[in-house]
Amino acid sequence: MKSKLNLNLDLVAKARKHAADIALDTQKFIEQHTSVTIERTLARLYGIDGVDEFGVPLPNILVDHIKNNNGLSLGVSVYLGNAMIQTGKTAQEIAESVSKGELDITKLPMADMFEIKDVINEIALSSANRIKANRATREEYLNKYGDKVGPFIYVIVATGNIYEDITQAKAAAAQGADVVAVIRTTGQSLLDYVPFGATTEGFGGTFATQENFRLMRKALDESSQELGRYIRLCNYCSGLCMPEIAAMGALERLDMMLNDALYGILFRDINMQRTMIDQYFSRIINGFAGVIINTGEDNYLTTADAVEEAHTVLASQFINEQFALISGLKEEQMGLGHAFEIDPSLKNGFLFELAQAQMAREIFPKAPLKYMPPTKFKTGNIFKAHVQDALFNIITVVTKQKVHLLGMLTEAIHTPLMSDRALSIENATYIANTMADLGDEIEFKSGGIMAKRANEVLASACSMLEEIKKDGLFKTLEMGKFAGVKRPLNGGKGLNGVLRKQDGYFNPFIEIMLKGAVK
Amino acid sequence: MSSGLYSTKVKNFSTKLDLTHLKPYGDTMNDGKVQVSFTLPVKDDDRSLEAARQLAVKMGLDDAQVSYHGPLDKEFTFYVVYGNLSHSVDINSIKVNTIDSDVMDMHGIDEYIKDKIGRKLVIVGASTGTDAHTVGIDAIMNMKGYAGHYGLERYAMIEAYNLGSQVPNEELVKKAVELNADVILVSQTVTQKDVHVANMVELVELLEAGNLRDKFILVAGGPRINNDLATELGFDAGFGPGKYAEHVASFFVDRFTKIGKK
Repeated sequence: MKSKLNLNLDLVAKARKHAADIALDTQKFIEQHTSVTIERTLARLYGIDGVDEFGVPLPNILVDHIKNNNGLSLGVSVYLGNAMIQTGKTAQEIAESVSKGELDITKLPMADMFEIKDVINEIALSSANRIKANRATREEYLNKYGDKVGPFIYVIVATGNIYEDITQAKAAAAQGADVVAVIRTTGQSLLDYVPFGATTEGFGGTFATQENFRLMRKALDESSQELGRYIRLCNYCSGLCMPEIAAMGALERLDMMLNDALYGILFRDINMQRTMIDQYFSRIINGFAGVIINTGEDNYLTTADAVEEAHTVLASQFINEQFALISGLKEEQMGLGHAFEIDPSLKNGFLFELAQAQMAREIFPKAPLKYMPPTKFKTGNIFKAHVQDALFNIITVVTKQKVHLLGMLTEAIHTPLMSDRALSIENATYIANTMADLGDEIEFKSGGIMAKRANEVLASACSMLEEIKKDGLFKTLEMGKFAGVKRPLNGGKGLNGVLRKQDGYFNPFIEIMLKGAVK
Repeated sequence: MSSGLYSTKVKNFSTKLDLTHLKPYGDTMNDGKVQVSFTLPVKDDDRSLEAARQLAVKMGLDDAQVSYHGPLDKEFTFYVVYGNLSHSVDINSIKVNTIDSDVMDMHGIDEYIKDKIGRKLVIVGASTGTDAHTVGIDAIMNMKGYAGHYGLERYAMIEAYNLGSQVPNEELVKKAVELNADVILVSQTVTQKDVHVANMVELVELLEAGNLRDKFILVAGGPRINNDLATELGFDAGFGPGKYAEHVASFFVDRFTKIGKK
């Protein structure tokens, strides 16, 4: 593809190389560690589910039990595999016994490691096969109905009640939505466990639970069949339970997941070591499950200035791309994030937005880029907001963004009403249709405002990446280079859930899933 | 509506502005013209259309006209209605609780602090409770500010600490005591089922329980906050949409000197 912006392709290659070096450097640290949520994820993938009489999830009980007995550095897989051999029970039965205080699995005699791995590998393969089957079901739907050409219309539901969410989601699908995201209740990202069962109470969103995932997937499958279009389901695997939620999503056939450690570090004050470690395994699961991940760079611009800080978005996209590749995600699964957040009073602001969106498109040609709508400069004037969204929709279509997160005219007033969503979808589909091929018809002036803008952003991003390479990613985050937010290496939430792996630790899914990642 | 787009009916409004009977203005004084839109959980047909019109009449709209209706789903329909509001209010009889400090600019506020207080003021702010949104507190506190209005971090005579989002009330109070703060700013952006009210009340109760309420000037802000609500809940002031750092700072420097703090 010829660059419409005359992008300096050498600089693109150089930036990408810096990002690869940054990711590989951090990856060394990541691979030496595990975390409580990674171990709980394994417990879940071995079939452990449910809660005790106090509502504590069994994966938490089991993992805390091993941790309190100083065994977690060896990993849940070893203890669980051994306990299955020694007791002849299933993983679930063992977790239940531990929960009742009947069994201490760290004190059992140790079987031969080879034998333990055999037992564990067998259940790991069967759970991987269940995920593979989900992937096949999604592919069947897409083969049967065909996939959406043009941007995926992405809307959120956020009632707090999964059953009300289903009503809203089905209405949104009928109105033309291609992706429905169920916003999580505020604060869930800071919980170091995943709640259980169907839930009807939440603030600003609905708990992400495996049962809620299942209910919504079932409802959207019904909509898909009625409408003859596959409706994708999106949720959030970020926060302190990244890999657990990835696993639940993979088991219930979610199609898209917010999945970005940098976002958690900067905006949720999650400890950087913890979440980088968690992200790796969560992305492996998402890669294997055929899930499209969304990254959170758009948020930088809601905090920092969208003109001055545009290069930090690009730098972060480069880094996210490299971490995703290491985890077996292919480019077609990388919904790298950016946003339309320039101050509407800025002269030629639209041109800058257009240049930046086109730049992202050209630098990440295969990625289903996630483009976020204006929010920061929405004031409650719904009439102006609808115009802001229309301008955003034009750029989405013209520059072929893929995950088109619709803006709402009532942004800054309330979570979307059914009618708000319908008006937004009407706005977006109108523009997507009336301007369908406009992007292919236009070229930008060589050396003009837009080409200059894009190359400036690229050059700044490249030098930022060069700096990060020198300092390391963790140090960079400590210095507050992204979104103007500083985070200490040992600060934030969740650090006490990080463990250094000891000899003998193993996680069978890394090999199984990396081998079987979507080709 | 099939009755035609334009009403040719002659209307007999008094065209004089009467502040004791204030009404919305469309294109003629006292026409009372308003637009409302809403969704009904029924299918889009003639009966539901009439139901929408009757609801508008019950809202007090004369000549209610459903200008648009369309289905949102099988059993949900959206309506846009125009009508002439029959109600009016007497604006002269209204008393509102406004913040009476004069609004100064950043420079003026710095000068005021230098002259009348003689030391830097310490401000601690946070988006509290479960609220994960920092856009409000950032707009007031961050160096960059919002829409060209610099935030408190840029003020020479203010030491500003932005604690970010999802800060528990306990932690906010602890930090305010530790930093010997003069002012506590609380932002509540996303609220559902009035959780912001409970959260604000909790903070006031926490301060009172610790005998700390008088130690701080307590200010709230957010899209659903106004001065009435905030003062009713025990805050010193509340700021809604469209207010910037200088509005908030003008208030607290004025209050600071008025209550004779040092």
